[in-house]
Amino acid sequence: MNVQGWTFLLVAASFAVYIGVAMWARASSTGEFYVAAARVPPVLNGMATAADWMSAASFISMAGLIAFMGRDGSVYLMGWTGGYVLLALLLAPYLRKFGKYTVPDFVGDRYYSQTARIVAVVCAIFVSFTYVAGQMRGVGIVFSRFLGVGINEGVFIGMAIVFFYAVLGGMKGITYTQVAQYCVLIFAYLVPAIFISLLMTGIAVPQIGFGNTLADGSGMYLLDRLDGLSQELGFGRYTSGTKETLDVFFITAALMVGTAGLPHVIVRFYTVPKVRAARSSAGWALLFIALLYTTAPAVAAFARTNLLTTISDRPYDDVPTWFTNWEATGLIAFEDKNGDGVIQYRGPASETPNELTIDRDIMVLANPEIARLPAWVVGLVAAGGLAAALSTAAGLLLVISTSVAHDLLKKAIRPSITEHQELLTARIAAGLAVIVAGYFGINPPGFVAEVVALAFGLAAASFFPAIILGIFYKRMNKYGAVFGMVAGITFTAGYIIFFKLVHPELNHADHWLFGISPEGIGTVGMLINVTVALVVSSMTPAPPVAIQRLVDDIRVPRGAGPGHEVTA
Amino acid sequence: MSDSRGRYWQTNLRYVAILLTIWFAVSYGAGILFVEQLNRIRIAGFQLGFWFAQQGAIYVFVVLIFVYVALMNRLDRRHELDEQEDIR
Repeated sequence: MNVQGWTFLLVAASFAVYIGVAMWARASSTGEFYVAAARVPPVLNGMATAADWMSAASFISMAGLIAFMGRDGSVYLMGWTGGYVLLALLLAPYLRKFGKYTVPDFVGDRYYSQTARIVAVVCAIFVSFTYVAGQMRGVGIVFSRFLGVGINEGVFIGMAIVFFYAVLGGMKGITYTQVAQYCVLIFAYLVPAIFISLLMTGIAVPQIGFGNTLADGSGMYLLDRLDGLSQELGFGRYTSGTKETLDVFFITAALMVGTAGLPHVIVRFYTVPKVRAARSSAGWALLFIALLYTTAPAVAAFARTNLLTTISDRPYDDVPTWFTNWEATGLIAFEDKNGDGVIQYRGPASETPNELTIDRDIMVLANPEIARLPAWVVGLVAAGGLAAALSTAAGLLLVISTSVAHDLLKKAIRPSITEHQELLTARIAAGLAVIVAGYFGINPPGFVAEVVALAFGLAAASFFPAIILGIFYKRMNKYGAVFGMVAGITFTAGYIIFFKLVHPELNHADHWLFGISPEGIGTVGMLINVTVALVVSSMTPAPPVAIQRLVDDIRVPRGAGPGHEVTA
Repeated sequence: MSDSRGRYWQTNLRYVAILLTIWFAVSYGAGILFVEQLNRIRIAGFQLGFWFAQQGAIYVFVVLIFVYVALMNRLDRRHELDEQEDIR
């Protein structure tokens, strides 16, 4: 069977599993729809959180980013995992004790203020939509390359699947589907990585393999060979960074804090039965995430070495078939500047002009083909990429629908609606959100990649400080929280919009504040939020006694509600 | 009771402070601020700073969370603030 046959088979089989799981676990009450009635065991919740978190960006793009960025790519590895330590130690147990359904619920109740709730809802919706557009795009890329359908048809198929299980299943359906999706995506990521590690270094564990000697008998360490090749071609050493240390520091911090503040990640900790389970499920989540995140840098180093040795200085007539396949999608392009028919792939430090452009996003998908692995492995990677994109999209759509039905309609506009009406609204909102997300997948705004920085920056500058202060500083009142969030968001959004959308031509280190790039500015936004919040709250009245008691209560595990005993 | 709760909270804060110090040291310290110095040390094909930035920090993160889980489960029991089993 050829690549396309295997891909069809594996994608269809995995989709059948997801739909089966979704039918078995569909939601019948708002409690089940929003938080799976808080009955998900911690290990399974860890898996679901991992699938929820690891998006098309983690699966498809991250290893490619690292392959091209070398050590600078570490900001993503540390930034997107370190946030879970913050979640487990500073947020998850207390939010689970608090109960309820959403992040705006906590912000609104703790700060006894509808204004705070609305600010939180707007942030949650914006952050989630930004993310979901990127996921639908990932679905489109996989479909167009591997299944021979257009990007648009691919997005439609993805929308239909997500619609089915997010709208019907709610959080309960999503959670159990995500467990299945985690298994598919981690298997699909590890199999080719292990194959390639064996081929290149003779060691089956990629995490160890990429620190080992090459299997070609040269006795050279893989990373030394890669450093040498990169330098020769003018790219600079792979294991050295080019970013300023301060900027790396701030970007890593913004990604960590942003991760801990993302509403679709936080809400997962409302779904477990106990406070104790909330702590341990953060640990399981990170363990499952770390499996992929420690493999990714190995995949990056293998892919980069393979690319440099197989493509560079090869006659164009002699390129392997994967090269021609990807050329057809426009994601790889060769321009013979000196007319010698040979591909000169060169970095900025080389005197020879570079003739090859490669989209970083294809590295993981093309890797099995570059290493000439069997057809079924290539098909498996396609199924894994789809699992990653769909699981994240579903989690985000749920946050959007919950925000609309619960936080806006029930809590702010019409508290009198029945649970049945609320559930119906949540389903309609999820349906509409799927359609909007699909629209962005088909007509991606040119700035999707740019606004992802904004999503993390806003999460870091708004939710994270508001929640932390709400738990750890009893004296924090609504004035401090609202002013802090608004100051943090305004500064962060302003900075990113200025450099990314208004004046992209000024976007380099000379113009940045203290040399901090827009990717890292969320950290500064967070510090501004905290400062403003502390100053304003010290000048305004202390929160009511009932609120101070609430804070005392969430600080201890005993007495956590048995989940959401809501009757349908 | 409230005295016990006060001590419970202080101990919790101390655990968090210690664990976050380690969290900071392996990522921001070893992986970013002192990466060049550590890169002079080599273990097999890895330069140590590079290894912390792309591998080591992540392993330590996982361990930190499970250590915190164990410490807090013990602390909850000592202060009789753990969740009773009768809750489903």
